[in-house]
Amino acid sequence: MLAKIHITLKKDVLDPQGSVIANSLKSLGFDNINDVRQGKFIELEINSNSKEEAEKQCKDMCEKLLANLVIEDYSVEIEN
Amino acid sequence: MKTHVIIFPGSNCDRDVAVAIQNIIGSSPEMVWHKDSAINQSDLIVVPGGFSYGDYLRCGAMASTSPIMKSVIENANKGVPVMGICNGFQILIESGLLQGALIRNSSLSFICRDIIIKPTNTKTIFTNKSTISKMPIAHNEGNYFANSNQIKEIEDNDQIAFQYCDENGDINAHSNPNGSINNIAGVFNKSKNVLGMMPHPERAAESIHGCDDGRNIFESLLS
Repeated sequence: MLAKIHITLKKDVLDPQGSVIANSLKSLGFDNINDVRQGKFIELEINSNSKEEAEKQCKDMCEKLLANLVIEDYSVEIEN
Repeated sequence: MKTHVIIFPGSNCDRDVAVAIQNIIGSSPEMVWHKDSAINQSDLIVVPGGFSYGDYLRCGAMASTSPIMKSVIENANKGVPVMGICNGFQILIESGLLQGALIRNSSLSFICRDIIIKPTNTKTIFTNKSTISKMPIAHNEGNYFANSNQIKEIEDNDQIAFQYCDENGDINAHSNPNGSINNIAGVFNKSKNVLGMMPHPERAAESIHGCDDGRNIFESLLS
């Protein structure tokens, strides 16, 4: 199975990289942008008997290592 | 005093801090490779600065899962003094020994220069000889963050160790190099036997460094 994990900064954490990206996009003429948030995308292949089990394991990985819950939120998607 | 310095792949301040410990505390530290699993008896464990594991994923995240960290956490929980400097601070945060997070500097630049810090709580084993001190910082992710509830808890428990200030000791936006909340440069755990700080006292520890203000942290540990 393929797990797709998105890790993003929490809303109340300032994202200076996102702000700089937003400014650069605006200078290219994309002036309808309100906000940019930069995050991480992790793709991993996982052997598992069910989607539910794979999702549970990936969430555990996020809590223990992949995300820092003080500053980051995560979401997990499992594909066959 | 029996002292230990942990070495991870990518540590680069391990020898500097060993020299400071040797010269100031008078103890020859045992250098411990991160794959070792036990520190049996110690009076001070230092997690030094550097770029452990190339700062992959998040600074300190990989190192916090190294075999030796279990023993560091056990020792910390027993009350052994543990000190993390720069990347060592990031590792102690990632391992859960200290609260908060260290995120990218607000300027988005790597900062390497002298700053001034003021001890916020001078009643601890690390800071009882501390005064307003000048020492270098050298980091890209030193912007201390915690949410408002955590900040309140840290303040209420006197867990702020150092704050960035100006030459007069005033803590203001101008003296904040990296965007840290409340100018926080270092914090303690609840029982004050674990210290994490971004500035490098070991790089300002003898006159040849141009400034020896950093000595007071090591001298505090002697008393």
